[in-house]
Amino acid sequence: MTAWTPPAMLGVFTLFLVLPAVLPWIGGYTYLGTEVMIWAIFALGYNLLLGYTGLPAFGHGAFFGMAGYFLAVSQKWWTGGLWLPLLIGVLGTALCGAFVALFVARRRGIYFSLLTIAFGVMFWFLVFVLDTWTGGEDGLTGLLRPAIAVPGLGAVALRDNLPFYYFVYGFFVLSTVLLWRIVHSPFGQVIGAIKQSETRARAVGYDTTLYKGAVFTLSCAFAGLAGGLYSLARFGAFAEPMSLQQSGNVVLMCLIGGGFASFYGPVLGVAVFLVLRDFFSTVTDHWMLLYGLLFMAIILFLPEGILGLVQRVRRPTGFHDTGTAEAARAAETTARGSKP
Amino acid sequence: MTAILETRGLRKAFGGNVVLEDVTLAFAPNRLSAIIGPNGAGKTTCFNLLTGFLEPDRGEIRFQGRDITALPPDRRAKLGICRSFQVLNLFNDYSVLENIRVAVPALRRRGFDCWTRAGDVREAEDRAAGIIRLVGLAGREHVAARFLSYGQRRLLEIGVALAGEPQLLLMDEPTSGLGSRPMETLRELVQRLAAGLTIVVIEHDMDFVLTLCHDVTVLHRGTVIAQGTPDAIRDNREVREAYLGTLKYTKARG
Repeated sequence: MTAWTPPAMLGVFTLFLVLPAVLPWIGGYTYLGTEVMIWAIFALGYNLLLGYTGLPAFGHGAFFGMAGYFLAVSQKWWTGGLWLPLLIGVLGTALCGAFVALFVARRRGIYFSLLTIAFGVMFWFLVFVLDTWTGGEDGLTGLLRPAIAVPGLGAVALRDNLPFYYFVYGFFVLSTVLLWRIVHSPFGQVIGAIKQSETRARAVGYDTTLYKGAVFTLSCAFAGLAGGLYSLARFGAFAEPMSLQQSGNVVLMCLIGGGFASFYGPVLGVAVFLVLRDFFSTVTDHWMLLYGLLFMAIILFLPEGILGLVQRVRRPTGFHDTGTAEAARAAETTARGSKP
Repeated sequence: MTAILETRGLRKAFGGNVVLEDVTLAFAPNRLSAIIGPNGAGKTTCFNLLTGFLEPDRGEIRFQGRDITALPPDRRAKLGICRSFQVLNLFNDYSVLENIRVAVPALRRRGFDCWTRAGDVREAEDRAAGIIRLVGLAGREHVAARFLSYGQRRLLEIGVALAGEPQLLLMDEPTSGLGSRPMETLRELVQRLAAGLTIVVIEHDMDFVLTLCHDVTVLHRGTVIAQGTPDAIRDNREVREAYLGTLKYTKARG
């Protein structure tokens, strides 16, 4: 029986809980931890599409980025405050996701990917077309992180890096638990079935288009949460997270960490990606070259990502928790034995 | 007795290639019917029309008196038309239990439930356990489909179809590729199922068709050339010619 908060998850939570105290000792800084958690929310939500439903969307950065604008516009000219703009970021992005889903949910494979790229580029250009609202090249700066009331601590100013780290941490924990429940729920079973055989899923009575649309929208909602937090982290909404390159980055993060092999793959992928970016850029000006080579090596030699390697050693049954390794091995031997 | 499923004047062409022409069929409830015919006769295309995976160019399909010609596959499955596939079509990374459970209507009704644990849907779990016993895969519940033997995967293929609580079960060559021992297991299973279920089966194995089935429909080049009991079909001249390949000469002369 799947636990709702398994030991591995508690381990990840503990790690991020104590991370700010440890980071200075290993040459890191609090903001890096914040960034990792924000991108982890984005990547975990994106992996619902890529890893769990098998839908490679290549324009997801658009949703990550647009949330910042929703939040910024709301905070500057409409609602003000913190919670409402965050909520509007999530809902606005999910709504745009649902709109795009109307067009892409019927598609599969390369057609799905191409359409998501097209929409990604369209939203990117929209930022510059609507520059009276978005600030165009300059972005929307001057976002506020007002103090929030925390029971027992009183008003906590989020302006500083450390309180903001724990603010993001709260959302990271919430998102992780939520996504864990989703992938182990009946809905999670259905999207996994669609990934493995869409025809069979339809034959057993699932309107697969509707489910694919729902997953797309859900993953956009998480992109919206992450994107809103990202704009708060940088005190501004900018176009650059919406670029195709950033859309590609989230795919890479999932693949490197092992999003096809493990729930936590995207988190590890994000950490490796961002830490190496920092490390390589201090070593050489040509860090992009090193970076590219490393990723090529990972894709070539660890096609299932870093956690994929771990899983392969520990449990040869593959992606889904299908019982013990012993049972699988026994079955495999039987299967081999009974062949003519 | 009124037919549970009937078709009238079905036609399907892919480009200029007419695969089915004027196919009118009727399947009586609680009977085991077979559709046979040489390769390329249009049997699987016929199944795809019945289950909604293809749309007919002409004609209509009625299920329990209701016109279902325009319904998509998932809606037909919800009415109780369940099918298995000729080429194994399983959820390969899922265990036997997961394969069957996801096809159970009790789970399907909660398909958008993002909160409950899939294994906590009691009704689906119980139903799945029953199906696993029925198809003889007990003890294999937690083995991923890809690690099953071919014969076991054939059984699971039927199990997934059965999980949908069928009113009408369509099986596309369930014995395809089976050796003699698994074939025997499958025959027994089909015989047991036929006791309380309407089944239509596409089959190449003549022994299977002539000894097990109640009704036989023969398709040849997209048209129905004979319908009747196994005995009548066995003695039908046209059917023999279709299988022996002399039909085209008689047609050319006539």
